[in-house]
Amino acid sequence: MSPELINLIVQATGESLYMVGLAALIGTAFGLPLGVFLATSRKGELFAAPVVNRVLGIVVNATRSTPFIILVVAIIPFTRLVAGTSIGSTAAIVPLTIASAPFIARLVEAAIREVDGGLIETASSFGASPMQIVFKVLIPEALPGLLLALTLAVVSLLGYSAMVGAVGGGGLGDLGIRYGYQRFMPEMMLAVVVVLIALVQLVQSAGDYLARRVNRRLRHH
Amino acid sequence: MKAASMNVHPSLAIGQPIEQLDAISPDTIPPAATAPDAMVRFEGISKIYPAYRGKPGVNALQNIDFAIPRGSITGVIGRSGAGKSSLVRLINGLERPTTGRVVVDNRVISALSGRDLRLAQRSIGMIFQHFNLLSSRTAAANIALPLEIAGWAKADIRARVAELLALVGIADKHDRYPSELSGGQKQRVGIARALATRPSVLLSDEATSALDPQTTRAILDLLANINRELDVTIVLITHEMSVVRQLAGDVVVLDAGHVVESGHVADIFTHPRHPITQSFLAEVIGDSLPVSLASRIVSEPPAGGQAVIRVQVRGAGAGDTLVARLARELGLDVSLLSARIDEIGGQHVGSLTLGIPLGMSSGEDATTRTLAWLSQFQFPAERLGYVA
Repeated sequence: MSPELINLIVQATGESLYMVGLAALIGTAFGLPLGVFLATSRKGELFAAPVVNRVLGIVVNATRSTPFIILVVAIIPFTRLVAGTSIGSTAAIVPLTIASAPFIARLVEAAIREVDGGLIETASSFGASPMQIVFKVLIPEALPGLLLALTLAVVSLLGYSAMVGAVGGGGLGDLGIRYGYQRFMPEMMLAVVVVLIALVQLVQSAGDYLARRVNRRLRHH
Repeated sequence: MKAASMNVHPSLAIGQPIEQLDAISPDTIPPAATAPDAMVRFEGISKIYPAYRGKPGVNALQNIDFAIPRGSITGVIGRSGAGKSSLVRLINGLERPTTGRVVVDNRVISALSGRDLRLAQRSIGMIFQHFNLLSSRTAAANIALPLEIAGWAKADIRARVAELLALVGIADKHDRYPSELSGGQKQRVGIARALATRPSVLLSDEATSALDPQTTRAILDLLANINRELDVTIVLITHEMSVVRQLAGDVVVLDAGHVVESGHVADIFTHPRHPITQSFLAEVIGDSLPVSLASRIVSEPPAGGQAVIRVQVRGAGAGDTLVARLARELGLDVSLLSARIDEIGGQHVGSLTLGIPLGMSSGEDATTRTLAWLSQFQFPAERLGYVA
């Protein structure tokens, strides 16, 4: 494989990491609080607001059931508003974020729900405010689950990022389609797939490692 | 060193004198009505859980009116579903009564909400059956949690946590996570955490139900020490009579949402009136005869056999010399067929099963004389039958 092609792969990997990294970061910034709220706003819970909970749930489900490629195209005006352009890696971060935030929210919701309700009662019994319960009990206790959720979100984002080539987002997926498929270069397709597999393995291993590190529930000596 | 720092009256830690509360809260009790020795008072309490999602509503508590004396260890005993958990959660404001009010340390806790309630909750500690420790925090950090929530300075927290770990006897477990501790050690952490903010009341929700008997005993001893040395009023909910017997001075018997009996443990269990109380008592002293004896009892007196008489003994020193005196004063060769005597609140409670020899002809006479003699002690006695 020529140095030019290798250069292309390196550049595309950089674009993918840039898009996925920022989308995961911003997606978490929205998804984490949303997920915590979804988990704690049902009837009788910490921030009980059953109606808001239901409406948010519907919005989250609607976003999650829209196919990503359609979402990318559908929100082009919004993307232009936020990023100033609808083309390129930076613009692609907008749909990636909008797709990942509800996904992350659902994963966070599930992880928070796993926390033993007795701990919430305990913290309430010594006078913790709802916000103190979130930050001192729910999030620390759910941390292993939250890290695994974030790992899953990053891996999914790597998959989604392959589709943003449709709006000139670049990245590994785009490279694979343009060179590997449209220019009949199977070795390029193979290289892209190998790099993606390596990235997913890396992210998953790192996530697993961190989740294990913070999990004090069962220690194996 | 502990005593000095803990002698501060817990109510002072809250920083709200009662006079101030009088001024701001219409629900504050007028001083005249305040029983000075009551730490917790339930006044006309009922708790109804409304029907929800097809489940019928539940009348968890009805017509609850009683007081828990300051400085006491009060056991709240009842079967599952009797309303114990609801009752104890009314004390620290985790639940609100449907009617009536709950007064804790002269404050109407059932009228508080939000920040006021959270401040008041700092003077009420609670321990749980399943310990409810945060798995992500070490023993020390678990104990620190209520102090962090109360906004203590880091250095103060560190000193207080060390003091508490020593108090509950696990100073060496400072950096251990709950998953590395035994059940008894976890409950010690729970107790230390509950005492962190120097509460005046400690609520125990089946705190020993998940522990083995030996560990239970050690934890109950620890609670007794805490009650004595720190002057903390302890409210124990339990379904185990043995816990009440070992620790409590006062007892409240709950059944189906009603208080069926309450008072000093010794009084309640020496003269149990309600069937549920009697059944709890039977757990300790037993009300059945040994199988080998029960199977031999017949209804007609056999020649040369014995009448079987069961005597319930109640009271301080009851029954100590009963058999010896009976034998001496009536001149009978009394035999002891079965006996079970235990001590509850310093009072003897139990039963003796005696064999009274029928002799050659005057058997009925001996039995009658025995029953008459026993009646002077006001111990209930009955003839169960005869054995050969």
